Amino acid sequence: MPKLIFEKNVPGSNSFSLPPGQIPNPAISKTIPAQFLRQEALNLPEISEVEAVRHFTELSTRAYGVDNGFYPLGSCTMKYNPKINEWAARLPGFAGIHPYQPEDTVQGALQLYYEMQEMLAEITGMDGFSLQPAAGAHGELAGVMIIKAYHQQRQDAKRTKIMVPDSAHGTNPASANVVGFEVIEVKSNQRGLVDLEDLRSKMTDEVAGLMLTNPNTLGLFEEDIQEIATIVHEAGGLLYYDGANLNGIMGVARPGDMGFDVIHVNLHKTFGTPHGGGGPGSGPVGVKAQLLDFLPKPITVKQGEEYRFNYDLPLSIGKVKNFYGNFGVIVKAYAYIKALGAEGLKEAGQHAVLNANYLRHQLRDDYHIPLDRLCKHEFIINSKKQAENGVTTLSIAKRLIDYGNHPPTIYFPLIVSEAMMIEPTETESKERLDEFVQTMRTIAREAAENPELVSQAPHKAVIKRVDEVTAARKPVVKWEAGVKI
Amino acid sequence: MRYTPNPSPVVDEMLQTLGLTSLEELFQDIKPELQLKEGLNLPAGLSEMELRRLLKNLAAQNLNTDDYPSFLGAGAYDHYLPAALEQLLLRSEFYTAYTPYQPEISQGILQSIFEYQTMICQLTGMDVANASLYDGGSALAEACNLACVNSKGKKKVVISDTVHPEYLEILKTYSLSGRLEVVVVPGRDGIADTTGMLAAIDHETAGAVMQQPNFYGLLEDAAPVEKAVHDQKALFIMAVEPISLALLKSPAEWGADLVVGEGQPLGSSLSFGGPYLGFMAARKNLMRKIPGRIVGQTSDLDGKRAYVLTLQAREQHIRRELAASNICSNEALCALAASMYLTFVGEQGLKEIATRCHHLARYAEQEFQKVGMELKYKQPYFCEFALKVKDPAAANRKLLANGIIGGYELDDALLLAFTEKRTKTEIDQLVAVLGGK
Repeated sequence: MPKLIFEKNVPGSNSFSLPPGQIPNPAISKTIPAQFLRQEALNLPEISEVEAVRHFTELSTRAYGVDNGFYPLGSCTMKYNPKINEWAARLPGFAGIHPYQPEDTVQGALQLYYEMQEMLAEITGMDGFSLQPAAGAHGELAGVMIIKAYHQQRQDAKRTKIMVPDSAHGTNPASANVVGFEVIEVKSNQRGLVDLEDLRSKMTDEVAGLMLTNPNTLGLFEEDIQEIATIVHEAGGLLYYDGANLNGIMGVARPGDMGFDVIHVNLHKTFGTPHGGGGPGSGPVGVKAQLLDFLPKPITVKQGEEYRFNYDLPLSIGKVKNFYGNFGVIVKAYAYIKALGAEGLKEAGQHAVLNANYLRHQLRDDYHIPLDRLCKHEFIINSKKQAENGVTTLSIAKRLIDYGNHPPTIYFPLIVSEAMMIEPTETESKERLDEFVQTMRTIAREAAENPELVSQAPHKAVIKRVDEVTAARKPVVKWEAGVKI
Repeated sequence: MRYTPNPSPVVDEMLQTLGLTSLEELFQDIKPELQLKEGLNLPAGLSEMELRRLLKNLAAQNLNTDDYPSFLGAGAYDHYLPAALEQLLLRSEFYTAYTPYQPEISQGILQSIFEYQTMICQLTGMDVANASLYDGGSALAEACNLACVNSKGKKKVVISDTVHPEYLEILKTYSLSGRLEVVVVPGRDGIADTTGMLAAIDHETAGAVMQQPNFYGLLEDAAPVEKAVHDQKALFIMAVEPISLALLKSPAEWGADLVVGEGQPLGSSLSFGGPYLGFMAARKNLMRKIPGRIVGQTSDLDGKRAYVLTLQAREQHIRRELAASNICSNEALCALAASMYLTFVGEQGLKEIATRCHHLARYAEQEFQKVGMELKYKQPYFCEFALKVKDPAAANRKLLANGIIGGYELDDALLLAFTEKRTKTEIDQLVAVLGGK
C-alpha cells in the first residue's frame, strides 16, 4: 500500500518559491490585528517536487479510467473522452478568463454559451436552456424548482407531490424531497414500463409533475410516453425528463416531441466530457416555451452581433450556482457536438443501441436476462443462473476486475434483484465487446465449476475486498499525526 | 470527427447477428411519429483540424489573464498553477474514471480523496470534510439546509449582506423548498452589523453565517455571532477562503460547527467561473449528517490498509425520497487539483503566497494614498479592498485601454484583488492609471 502523502513529509524539502517581491515585507502581526491571526498549526505536508510527482503518478496507476479499458457502467455512459476537447478547455482564452470580466472582453465565451443553448434545444426538442447547473442532480434540482415556481406563479398551491417511477435514479426522489415535495412512487409493469393503471390511479390535482427517464433505467423505451404525457398534462402536472439516458435516443427522437416540459442533460454522459473520478460534470436545464421565464439566470442572448448575459428575468428561480455554470466542461461538450454534427450525433445514438443489443444477444445463453427484448443504450442481466452455485452479482463484478474490466453498475435498478446494468456505449469496438462476452462466459463457467474462485474475487487487484462495515461503524475519515493506523 | 470505432461492414455483421438488416430497426419501439424525419438541424461534423481552428478563434476573442494583468477577485482568484499540477491532472486514469464505487479498482482515487479530506481538515481545523460539493455558493446552501435539518424543523438562518451577493442569491433560490428562511442583516462600514445579527438570532434560529474574509475582502469579528448562535444551540457556519487560512484564524478557532468555501484558489483555473470546488468540513458530531461523498480508511481481507466510500446511508441512493441532499456527481478532479496544489506549494509555500497577497494589497493601498485615493472601508483586510472611485465603469474602461483588467464594480468603488501573480510594476501602473488626472 503506498504511503499517504503525509507519511512522506520531509520539512524543508519543498522547493516552491515566489519571485522577489520588491515591496515592504513587515511581519504579519504588525499588519493584521492579532484577533484575526491563526494560532493553530497547519500540518500540511512538505515534499520535494519529484517525490510529489511520483506520489500522484503512483496513485494514478491504482485508478481505472475509460482510457484503461472497457467501462460498461449502466446509466453512466462511459464513452471515450476526445483529447482535442481537453486541449480546448485549457486554452488561455478559455481557462484564463475571469467570470466578472466586462462582457465585451469575453465575446468568444458568450458566443459559445449562446450556441450551446441553441444546440441543446435542437437536440432535445426544447425551447430554451440555462447552462448553470453543475451536475445532473443539480439540473434536476433546478428543474424541480422550475416546476414548483410555475405552479406557485399560477397560485396553484395544492400541488405538493411529485411522482417518480420505482425504476428511477435515486437522485429523482431526492431532488423532489429537497425542493419540498412529497414523493409518490409509480409502479412498473411486467414489461418494465410505467404501469399506466397505477399512474392513473395515483394522479390527482395535487401532483405537480412526473419525473421520468426515457429510455428508463432498464434500458427500455417508454412506448406509452404520449399517453403518459396526456395523463400528466390533463391533471395539470408537468412532465420532467431525466436526461441521464439521452444517449439511447440521441439524433433519433427528442424528449420535446414526446411531451416533456422540463429536462436536464448530463454533458458528462451524453456529450463526451470526462467524469473526472466523480466530477466535475454539467447539467444544463431546458424547458418548453411556457416555462422559459423560470429558467435559472443568467441566460445568454444575442443582440445584433453582440452576445450578452440576460439577468432581467423576474420569474426566474434565481441562481443555483456562482457565476454561469461549469464553463470548462461546457467547452468540451460544445467541441464534441461540433465534431460530430447532426449525422455524427445520430450515429452515436444508433451505435450505442447496436452495441447494447449485440451484447445482450451474446450474453443471453450464460446469464439470465429478466426483460430480454429490444433495448436502447443499456440492459439488465442478473446472476439468477449463477445463484444456484452461490455466486452473487457482487462476486461476478469483482471477478471482472481480475480480467481487466471495470464492472457494470450493480444492484440497480432496485426493482430487479441482483441486477447488473450494462451500458457499452457507442465508442466500443466489436472486438472489445467480443472480449467482454468471452470474459463473461468464462466467469459463468467458473461460477459453475469453481464457485469459490468467483466468490473470493478479486484475486489480481491491488487489494482484496474491503471491510466496509468497520469503515462505517468506526469512521476514519482523515489522517492524523501520531495516530497509528 | 466520429468516435465510433465500428466501420459499416462490422455494423452489418452485428446487425445480422441480431437478425436485423438496418440500424433503424433498432428503434422500432419508438413510434414513427416520435422519430425525427429530417434529422437534427445542426451543421455537419468537423474534422479535428477544423475544430481546432474554430475553438482557437473563439478563445482568441476573449481577453485572458495570461496576457493581461487582472485585479478582479470577488470570489474567483488568479493564482499561479504549478506546472506539475497541470501535467498530472492530464493523467487519464484520473480524469476518465468514474466515481470510485468499486474500491478494488479505484484505490488511487479513493486515497487521493482521503488526502484531500485531510488537507481540508488541516486548513479549517475541523474533524471531517466531504469529498467536495459544486462550488462555494451551493456549498453554503447545503450547509444552511443541514442546519435546518439538524435543528429538527427550524427554518431560520441569519446571514449578513457582507457575504458574497451570489451566495445570497443562491440561498434565496434554495429557500424555494419552504424549509429554509434566510434573514439577511444589512452590514455597516463594509462588515457585518453584529448588533443587527444578534438581534435577529433567536430560539427559532437554525444557524448563522459569517464569511471570512467577507465579500469586500474585510475581516469579520465572528466571536459575538458565534456566542449568540451557540447560546441558541444552533449551528455556526463559516464561509472561508482557503489560501487566507494559512495566516488567518481557523474556523475551528472561531468556534465554527460547519465550514464551507470556494476551493478554486487551490489549483483550479479561472475558467469563466467553473468548474470550481465547493468544500465542506464539520465537527465530528455532524459527520453522519453532512451531504456528499466521504472516503474512509479501512482494511481489506488480508488486513492491508484500504480506502472506501463510506457512511453512504446519508446519500440518495439509500434513502431516496428522504434524502436531505441530492448531490451525486461532485467536483472530484478539482478536489484532486486542490490536494496537488497544497502538496506542490507545501505549508511554507502556502504561507508565503498568503503573505505576498496581503503585502501586495498593502503596498497598493499605500500607493493609492500617495495619489490622494482612499479605501471605501477603513477595516482590516486580507488581499482585497474596495477603492473609492467616482465612476467605477469609466475607471475600468480606462484601465482596459491601458492593458489592465480592472476590478469588480461597486456603486462608488472598485473592488480590487491582489494575488501573488501581481507585481510591483503592475500595481504601480494600476495606481498611475487610476490616480492620473
